[in-house]
Formats: sequence, C-alpha cells, structure tokens
Amino acid sequence: MASDRIFGLVALITAVAYIAAATQIQTNLFSGEYLPKLFPLLIGGVAAICSLFMLFKPDPEPDWPAAGSWISMGVAVIVLAIYAVLLKPLGFILPTIFAAGILSYQISPNARNAALSGVGLSLGLFVLFKFALGLGNIVAYRIPTPAKLWDAISILIPFVGH
Amino acid sequence: MDILSNLALGFGVALSPYTLFLAVCGCFLGTIIGALPGLGPSNGVAILIPITFTLGLDATSALVLMTSVYYGAMYGGRISSILLNIPGDEPALMTTLDGYPMAKQGRAGDALVLSGVASFVGAFLATIGLMLLAPSLARVAFLFGPAEYFALYLLAFCTLGGMASNNQAKAALAACIGLGIAMIGVDSSSGLPRLTGGNLHLYDGVDFLVAIVGLFAIAEVFFFIESHGKGSSIGVKLEKVGIPWGDIWSTKWTMLRASGVGFIAGILPGAGASLGSFMAYMSEKSIAGEKGGFGTGVPKGVAAPEAGNNAAAGGALVPMLTLGVPGSGTTAVLLALLMTLNITPGPTLFTERPEVVWGLIASLLIANVVLLLMNVPMVKIFVKVLMVPAWILLPGVTMISFVGIYSLSGSYFDLLMMVGFGVLGYILRKLDIPTVPVILGILLGGNMEDALRRAMTLSDGDVTYLFSSPIAIGLWVAAIAGFVAPMFLRNILRKPQAITD
Repeated sequence: MASDRIFGLVALITAVAYIAAATQIQTNLFSGEYLPKLFPLLIGGVAAICSLFMLFKPDPEPDWPAAGSWISMGVAVIVLAIYAVLLKPLGFILPTIFAAGILSYQISPNARNAALSGVGLSLGLFVLFKFALGLGNIVAYRIPTPAKLWDAISILIPFVGH
Repeated sequence: MDILSNLALGFGVALSPYTLFLAVCGCFLGTIIGALPGLGPSNGVAILIPITFTLGLDATSALVLMTSVYYGAMYGGRISSILLNIPGDEPALMTTLDGYPMAKQGRAGDALVLSGVASFVGAFLATIGLMLLAPSLARVAFLFGPAEYFALYLLAFCTLGGMASNNQAKAALAACIGLGIAMIGVDSSSGLPRLTGGNLHLYDGVDFLVAIVGLFAIAEVFFFIESHGKGSSIGVKLEKVGIPWGDIWSTKWTMLRASGVGFIAGILPGAGASLGSFMAYMSEKSIAGEKGGFGTGVPKGVAAPEAGNNAAAGGALVPMLTLGVPGSGTTAVLLALLMTLNITPGPTLFTERPEVVWGLIASLLIANVVLLLMNVPMVKIFVKVLMVPAWILLPGVTMISFVGIYSLSGSYFDLLMMVGFGVLGYILRKLDIPTVPVILGILLGGNMEDALRRAMTLSDGDVTYLFSSPIAIGLWVAAIAGFVAPMFLRNILRKPQAITD
C-alpha cells in the first residue's frame, strides 16, 4: 500500500516536472511552435494520470528485504558507481578485482570465495577480452596521476565534479 | 516458387563454413546463457550486443551469431525451468508447471529432450509461417501512413500493458517512463536540445542498450544480493538421457496445435511469447480435460507451452520485421540488435534489402537445426552450467556488462546511467511494474513521435486526421480493446501460479 503510494507520488511529481520542462522546450522556425512540445506533453499527461491511479488505488505491499540487505545493496550501488568512474583512469584489472570481489561478498558472505572470484574474474575476463575478443584498447591497465584520479572520483561528488 | 528462390538467396548469404561456425558457437553460448539461473534470453542477448558490435563482424555474420544466441537462450531457458523450477523468463513459467513435476518423477531427461523437440517443432513451423506471411504483410504495410503507424505503436503499448501486467496503470506508467526517456536529446527538426537539463552527456539521448543492460542484468544483481544467492543450485538430479520416442509421437498433435496457437498470439504486436505459451498451455489443458492430468507432470503439458512459446517467438518476428514493432521483450532486444547493425525494419526492408531478411530467416532455420542436434547429446553439459555458484556468476555478468557498455562510447556517464537503470529496474520489479514497456518505449519513442509529428504536419494540426482511415480506426479500436479487455477477463482467465515445493 504505502510503497505504491510513495512511488505514485514520486511519479506524479516527476510527471509534473516533466510537463513543466516540456513547455520550456526551445523551438525555432524549422520545427514550428508546438510540434517538439506535443508528444512530451502527452507523455507527461498520461504518466500523471497513471501515477494518480497508483496513489489512490495502490496494490498490496511487496516483500521488501530486511535492513541488512538494504545495506548490502547500498554498498553494491556505491561500489558499482566508483567502479564506473575508475574504469578509465585505472584500467580494467585493478578496479575489477575489488568490484567483483565486493559484489561476490555481498551475494554470499565468504571472504575466501569473494577474493578468489575477484582475482579470478578480473584476470580471466582480461585474458578473454584482450586475447580472445581483441578488445585490448578497452581493458588496458593504466597508472594514473593523482590529479586524474581525483578528477574521476570528483564526478561522484555533487556540486564538485563536472 | 518465389519463396524458394528467396530462401535460396537467404541460404546463399547465411550458409558458409564461417557463418555455420558462428551459428554453432552462438547456439552453444546461447544455451549456456539461457540455462544460467538469473540470465534470461533478453538479458543475455542484451549484454552480448555491444561486445559483438566491437568485434567488427559484418552485418550478416553478426546477425547469424546473435540470432543463434537468441534461439539458443530460448532453448536453454527450459533447462532451469525443468530442473530448478526457476523460469528463465516469463514465457518459460508455463513450462515449469508440468516440467518440474515430471523431473521430480525421475523423468528429467525425458522432459528435457521432449521440450527440445517441441521447441524445434514450434520454432520451425513458425519460421515457415513467417516466410509465408511476412511478405504479404509487408505489402499491406505500404498502405500505412503516419496516422496508422501512430495507432500501431499505441496498439503495441496497449496490448503489452494489458496482457503482460496485473495492473493497467502500472503498465501504462512503465511505457510513459520509456517514452519520456526517449524524448531526451537533440530534436531532429529544430536541432535544439530537449529535456537534457543542460547536461552535455544527454545531447545524444539515452542509448537503449544502456537501459536494457541496466534494467535486466544489473537489476538482477540486486535480486541476488537480496536473496544472498540462495535457491539457485538446488534441484533435481539428471540421471540418464534417452530419446522418449513414445512421448514425442503421442504429443505430435499437441505440438502442432500449440504451434498454431502460439504463432497467432505472437503476431499480435506487443502480446508476444508469454501470451503464446499461456494460450497454448490453456487450450491443450481444456482439450485434454480433467483426465489429462495437466499440472502433474504429463508430457503434453511440457510439449504444449514449449511449442507455443517458440512459435510465438517466430510469430513475433512478423510484426517486428514488417512494421518495426516488436511483440515481446526478447524481440525488442532483437530489434535493438538490428538497429545497432543499422538495419531499419519495415516494409521497405523486404524489397530493398532482401538479403538481410532472408539471411535472417535462413539463419533462424540453421540455428534451429543446430540446436536440436546439439541439445540431445549435450544436455548433460548444459546441466552442469546450473551448478555455477551465484557469487561468481553475478559479478562476472556485471563486469561483462560494464565492459560491453563502456565499449559503446568509452564514457563513464553511460556506466553511471546503467547503474541507475539497475536500481530503477529493481524498484520497478519489486512494485510489480513491468520493465519491458520501458525498453519498448525507449526503442520506439522516437519513431512514435515522428509518426505523430508527420501526421500533424500533413493535416495542419487537425487531430481527426489520426482517425481518418479504416486501418487507423481498426488499430485504435484494437488498442483500446487490448488495454481495457484484460481488466474484465482477469477474473475469468487466471494465470496458473508456479508450483512450490
């Protein structure tokens, strides 16, 4: 009940914001005054109606995981986000050992297995991508300067990065 | 004789030692992907698309490889359905109803081989149906103007939402999320950015592959973290594998009927394979009656949904190739593949690039035969794949997804967006909001808007133009019926629930 209502409310706010943004779409002589706005406005309208339905006719509550699982999932999201920005400055091997290892630990908390799957996946996939599939330019390993590393990490910090 | 000469053209394109080798590799890989718990067909194909793209294969080879993977994954999905009672994707749910009880009776090998044969029959007949029907539908498609196309896209979203979901509002909301995301980027007519919030990374729009991999593969990781990988490698042991000639012979009419039902269900845009396997199972159940024993592990209950499912997958290719409207999640991914290869489906595809269409059809037939030959003797190898523990499988899938998406544009932004889509996918699935309409919305949003804008330009802003032809009116009526009817039918046609131990 409550989850559907919360999601419906979030969706409604997003839909209204979307409609507001759609009215501000810039147009020019080639596109005509209203054509670029028409379809986004329609989508926003339908979405708003649907979210009202979710607000007032919610389905039964789903089984949400326990608090511990939420923490694990939060850690996983943060690890994946850091992995995403470090893939370029640090290359494939080093970030993958940590990211795969931590993910593995979140799925099944066994330190030895996690370390094994981190190292194994990193080296195994590196060999697969570089030598079997010829994607060496993507999975190269690099030694970054501290400035580049900071550049990459700062992407994730609001208002600091670009 | 037109068909035969076209088919000869297709085999000329698709049948060379190299492509045959690719087909065998693709089928093998696909079956493994399909068999892996938590990695369904749409998932697996989506992850492999960017990697195939960077390999630099030409269009025909890539097409042969990926269709083999696609069909292979459909085959492999039934292995986890039958042995573990875990459907790899939604259409496979019907296979678990009789497949798992049959495996528990110690007839796992028989069930696997029988479902393999049923899949072959369904897919083979559907491919023949596709050859007969698609060219004539392509001719009808020439009559489609912007108003008709707009109504057709609407029909796809309505039937998809109506059939595949338990709540119409949620399905429609999912479609709106996808369509809304598709609007982001530089507008084609004015050349000005729309809804980007000033972010330069969004000027190119959101790549559908980022969304597909995020919503399907990354979201799966969160589900496994939630369950801590439990319940993935318990199941029924496979003893010996023989060929159950008796069962195959006794289910021949079931397979034929189910293929017909599945094919017709697959043709409906948006309805797709889930409806095909559901209708095939339910119709066979009612033909067999109470004595049929459906749900207790009878061969017919395994053969019907598998033939229906695969026939629907073939049928779904008809609207996908002729009109550019996919019929299911997996065909949506296949459409994404074609678009990545710069092939635009539509009526002109049949006249302008017949080698692509018939090459695709020929590679479907090749993949089918390869799979049948591969599946019976090698089923034991594929069953071994089920033993891969989740704590090594899911991180591996994640890392492959990252490399694949990173190879698309080399930008961290796509990767962050993919993680975001993963979180979104988890929340949506938890709230019982279907994710396939989101994908379809992102894929088709641009085309749907184009159709609307051209219609409005042609009619000088007259809304009634959208209902001006009989075809358009028919499609509108079908769309509304497809959206509204399931609300009333839901109480009558209840989906059978999966069996729990």
